[in-house]
Order: sequence, then C-alpha cells, then structure tokens
Amino acid sequence: MEFLISIWEMLPVTVQILMKIVALVLPLMLGVAYLTLAERKVIGYMQVRVGPNRVGFKGILQPIADALKLLMKEIVIPNPANRYLFIIAPVMSIMPALAAWAVIPFDEGMVIANINAGLLYVLALTSLGVYGVIIAGWASNSKYALLGALRSAAQVVSYEIAMGFALVGVILAAGSLNLTDIVQGQSGSALHWYWLPLLPLFVIYFIAGVAETNRAPFDIAEGESEIVAGFHVDYSGMAFAIFFLAEYANMILISALAALMFLGGWLSPFQGTPLESVFSFVPPFMWLLAKTSFFLFCFLWFRATFPRYRYDQIMRLGWKVFIPITIFWLLVVAFCVVNKMPIWFDGKGA
Amino acid sequence: MIFEYIIFYLFSGILLLSSTMVVVVRNPVFAALFLVLSFFTAAILWVTMQAEFLGIVLVLVYVGAVMVLFLFVIMMLNLELSKLKQFYHRYMPIGLLVAVTMAVELIIVLTPEKLSQLQQSQVSHPAEYNNTAELGRQLYTDYMYPFEIAAVILLVAIIAAIVLTMRRRPGTKHQDPGKQVLVQAKDRVKVVSIDVERRD
Repeated sequence: MEFLISIWEMLPVTVQILMKIVALVLPLMLGVAYLTLAERKVIGYMQVRVGPNRVGFKGILQPIADALKLLMKEIVIPNPANRYLFIIAPVMSIMPALAAWAVIPFDEGMVIANINAGLLYVLALTSLGVYGVIIAGWASNSKYALLGALRSAAQVVSYEIAMGFALVGVILAAGSLNLTDIVQGQSGSALHWYWLPLLPLFVIYFIAGVAETNRAPFDIAEGESEIVAGFHVDYSGMAFAIFFLAEYANMILISALAALMFLGGWLSPFQGTPLESVFSFVPPFMWLLAKTSFFLFCFLWFRATFPRYRYDQIMRLGWKVFIPITIFWLLVVAFCVVNKMPIWFDGKGA
Repeated sequence: MIFEYIIFYLFSGILLLSSTMVVVVRNPVFAALFLVLSFFTAAILWVTMQAEFLGIVLVLVYVGAVMVLFLFVIMMLNLELSKLKQFYHRYMPIGLLVAVTMAVELIIVLTPEKLSQLQQSQVSHPAEYNNTAELGRQLYTDYMYPFEIAAVILLVAIIAAIVLTMRRRPGTKHQDPGKQVLVQAKDRVKVVSIDVERRD
C-alpha cells in the first residue's frame, strides 16, 4: 500500500489529475449504461412487463449490446443540415455534463477540484448543456428539430431561475459556495440535513432538475407524440447515443447534487444515534451513492407515473409558482440564519 | 509561469479570432455562436486572473441565459440573408463612425505606461483566498448604495419590460387554473334519470 502511495506521489500533477478524471468518468459512464437498463427494468415492472431479459443473465448485458449496436451504426448527416454544427452539437451537450463532475465531492477530500465557488461552477456548466440541444435543433434544418430546440431553450432558461434561487437558499444556509463545506454544515443527524429547513427549496430544486434535464413529465423538447423526437430526430448511431449519455449523466449529476445539498451527502443517516457504530463499516461514499440512487429512482418513477405537461402549464409552473415560492422561502431562510435559529443555523452542528 | 503564458496566449488568440468572426461571419446564428465562444474564453481569462466569481458569473448569465435567448430570437425570426445585405451599405457610415470612436478611446486609455502599471498592481493571492467572499464583502459594505440602486433600476426595468408586453385582448380562451381546480363533478356532469323504454 505504501509502495503504491509512493508511486502515486512520484507522478507529475497533470498525470495525477488525468488519472483522477479517468477514475471518475469510467464509473460514471458505466453508471449511465446501467441506468438505462434500470430505467427499462423499473418502468417495465411498473407497467407489469418484465423489461429486457434476453442478453446475459436477466438482461444484465443489455446496455453493452446497445452500446455496441450504436457504435456500429452509420451516422447519417442529412443533406440540408449544417454538417459542422451537426457534429459539434452532441459534443456541446456531453462536455458540460462531464465537466460539472470536477467539483462534486464523494467524501471528505475525495474531489478532483475543491474550488471555492463550486456550486456556482456547477450551475454555470449545467446552464451550458442547452447549447447542445439548440445547436442540434438548428443544424438539423428540420422543423421538428427546430421546434424541439426552441421549446427546450425556453424551458431550460425558465427553470434555471427557480433552480438558481433554490441553490441560493442552500448557499445562505451553509454560508459557503464550496460543496464540501455545504455537506460539513449539515453534520449532526438526519434532522440536521438541509432538507428540513429548506423543504420547499428541496422540492423545487428537484422538480426544476427534472425539467432541466428534459425528462418526463417535462420532456416536451422530445415530445414524440407531437414533434417526433424533437431536437435529435435526425441523429443516428453514436451521435444520437451521446445525447443520451449527456442526458443520463446530467440526471446522475442532479441527483448527486440534491443528495449533497439537501440530504447530507456522504454523512451517515444514523449519525448521532445508537445505530451509528453499527453502520460504521459502510464507507461514507456509499451513503452518497445510496442517496443519489434514491433520486435516480424518482426520475424513473416520475417517467412511469406522470403524463407529459402541456407547454403553457410548464411555463406557468416555472414562472408563477416556483419563482415566487423560492423568493419567499429565501426571505424565511435569511431570517432564520440572521437569528441563528437552532438546530440548523446556530453554527454548532454536533 | 510558462504554463500560464501558454494558456493566456492560447485563449486570447481564440478570443480575438472569435470576436472578429462575430462581425465578419454572414449567418447571424454563427455570429451568435461565435459571441458565445468569445464570452466563454473571456471568462477563462478572468479565471486565470484569479477572478473566478466574475468568470463563472459571466458564463452563467451571458452564456447560459442571455445568449440562449438571443439564439432563440434569431432562430425564430428566420432572417433572410439577402435582405440583410441590402442594409449593409446604408449602415456602413454610422458603423465606421462608432468603430473609429471606440478605437480612439481604447488607444487613449490603453497607453503603454498604464498597462505596465496594471502589471505591477496585480497581486497574486494564496490558494485559500476566496474571491467570491471578498467581492461580496466589498459590494455589501463599501459599495452598498450604488449596488442597491443598480438593483432597483434593474428591477424597474424588468417590471417595465413585462408591462410593455402585457396586452389584454378581449375574447381569448386562456384557462384560469384556479377555476379549473375548483371545478366539481356536479358542475360538469348532470345525472338524468330516464324511464326504461320497452321495445314492442
């Protein structure tokens, strides 16, 4: 073990960072692949079907088969499409989805870049993801794709405001933009986590996250019953798959952020109870994974449960419901923080 | 240090190139996309100068929101390029005038002496220095009033923009969600009892 550590310390910093990135992106891509399988299985069981069960044991190799199939397929570029932008668009959507992971901590110190303005960085990068959709929609030179892109642009910009306000609430409560500090600020017990004092912001953050990732019931950018498949109607093969990689990576990102900001990240839910020592064998990042998985299950659950929102209803929900609630709750949080309300804001923790 | 120079020259090169392309390129969508690229590279340059808050906020506000709406509008308008070219010569003189004025202003401001002063005044901060917190402290203590006044002006502008676009047209069929929620079965369904008819 010490031998390995000494080898690690001999490596130049750039190589160390590169290895950290590989150690993050590989499991992430694997997670994305198996999230697609989980989605098909979960929705299958919810609709009283079995889901994919042919490839490998109970369908366990299905994502691998899908990936191979997509890799082998030809990428068709339509004649009237703008070829440069058509190719750049998937890149523009996967780039921010992966880059945002740089500041996500998995444990105390287990983070690629522990920057001060971590939360702002995540918010800025997730707001870039919409360019992939817009460029794809415009470059395809098809009316369905363009309609999908326009819908997506309007929707993402609207929900970003509510999402940003929800994050401001977290920043107020933690007094820091650093994600590690935000998690540390929640230590104590499950009651000390921010989900309780920030409950409306928590709910709004997650719903806005579902809308930001263009997932059902807010998937009007795809809206297959109205505009075929929306912005990626002309894409095929790996270019198409990359949009899905980005979408699922964003889903995991939103879930991980929700777990970090509202459910205490890697902190054990049994902290401060007699059960704490019983579960002390669980490595901290497992708690984060468990909490993230819960949110991911909610994504799938929503998709199996709710019908698609109508466009004007989405706009109404974002602007007339979420934004006023978040602004009001910001005032409440600010009042509580100024008056050092126990048990969350008295600065003691546990 | 050499690494910083490489980063600086690489990204300033991209910035200059992309901002030139904004003006030169014919297609308005391409121009907007190049503007996005120049905003992004400018943000990177700011981050390398230890102004990470400003850099990230530039990306968040201009790239993430303003330019998305710009692109939205440009795509919706479906501009005809041939028509745009007609106005090219008409706006040429005024465009040149603005360009020359700005160039002269820049030349006056950016003299070699002032640039070297800037270089000396740049301090490098320790790793744990928090640019965001410093900026917040400055804004909410020393520059409290200008900051608040700017915020109020922006709020007024937002409200004005909304008021300008509000046109109440009679006879629209838009729904009132409050009323929709309050509807009960007895308002919509009428149960009628009809005598059983016998076929003879």
